[in-house]
Amino acid sequence: MFYPVQKFADFVVFKLLNIRQGTKLASALNFFIFDTIKIFILLFIIVFVITFIRSYFSPEKTRSMLARSKGKTFLTHILAALFGIVTPFCSCSAVPLFIGFVEAGIPLGVTFSYLIAAPMVNEVALGLLYANFGLKIALIYIISGEIIAIISGIIIGKLGLEKYVEDYVFRIKVGNVQEFEEKKTMKMRLKETLNFTLELIKKVWVYVVVGIGIGAWMHGYIPAGALASLAGRHNPFAVFIATLIGIPLYSNAAGIIPLVSEFRRLGVSMGTSLAFMMSVTALSLPEMILLRRVLKPKLLAVFVAIVGSGIILTGYLFNIILG
Amino acid sequence: MIVKILGGGCANCKKLMENAKKAAEELGISAQFEEVKDYEKILGYGVMRTPALVVNEKVMFSGRVAGVEEIKKILKKENA
Repeated sequence: MFYPVQKFADFVVFKLLNIRQGTKLASALNFFIFDTIKIFILLFIIVFVITFIRSYFSPEKTRSMLARSKGKTFLTHILAALFGIVTPFCSCSAVPLFIGFVEAGIPLGVTFSYLIAAPMVNEVALGLLYANFGLKIALIYIISGEIIAIISGIIIGKLGLEKYVEDYVFRIKVGNVQEFEEKKTMKMRLKETLNFTLELIKKVWVYVVVGIGIGAWMHGYIPAGALASLAGRHNPFAVFIATLIGIPLYSNAAGIIPLVSEFRRLGVSMGTSLAFMMSVTALSLPEMILLRRVLKPKLLAVFVAIVGSGIILTGYLFNIILG
Repeated sequence: MIVKILGGGCANCKKLMENAKKAAEELGISAQFEEVKDYEKILGYGVMRTPALVVNEKVMFSGRVAGVEEIKKILKKENA
């Protein structure tokens, strides 16, 4: 599929820039051009497809479905976590969504399964993982994100933490929640999807290119295996530390994933890399500050601890499975 | 005409406000703009996804930033 891209990279480096084949500069530049184009093509396709699927779902529909399937059954949690992937919302909607869900009588644990799954499975991260590491790793990313969301929600539900939700939340009366969606033709839907995809790529492209650039630099100057003793699979603390480092970093998932392949070359294990990436995308400081408006500190701490533990466990699990 | 933007004050909300002001300006409609950041009020409109556009107390859409052209169409219709 990427044969023409390779042709193009060869043409630019060997013909246009006239750099001799076989030199370090030529191979680094060739790699950079090929990789950048490949990643953007895959990123575009994946974000487009996910955005298109998402145009058929909405949090309003999710809310009414979850409210109807009363109870805290296992199935409700699975449903909530699945909806979390496919419903689109920006992180500043986390608070109104939380209030809206609780008000509709959806159990706290189920609400959390939904709210955890949404940022955990991030379309840009998914696209970049697929572009860099293939289908298997991308699937592992989705499945482990879902499992963490389901289990965290169940635990939070079992702990009975409703009293740690800010009191005003229960007093808010939600107005008539309507489906504001106008009837959309397929053409409108595709056009909206295309616009959104282009907007998103415009927002993240700098991070991606900088990430690839730093990766290319590391490729040339840092020897393979340099981090193996520090963050290899034999250091029992690697996953733990990587997760902690990832929590305060945010929105740079787009810049971190292109780097992960370099981390791998330097000896960082896959589980550690995945844990790092998940903690970057799923536990972010800005979102916690937002959630603080509806959750008392204790519940917020429980939330961070449970999701963090889930990520750490996943990291260790994949270090065992993938090495 | 009263135009309200519902949202917690994130970048998307600001962008929507900008687009709405531009749309009104281009149409030559005199409108009164208001930012609604209070979650109680936002949810009172039945809105769970921000940002949302409210024109004369009617929710037009929620959860996305519409372009200037689209908002112009909405304002024209509401102004008629």
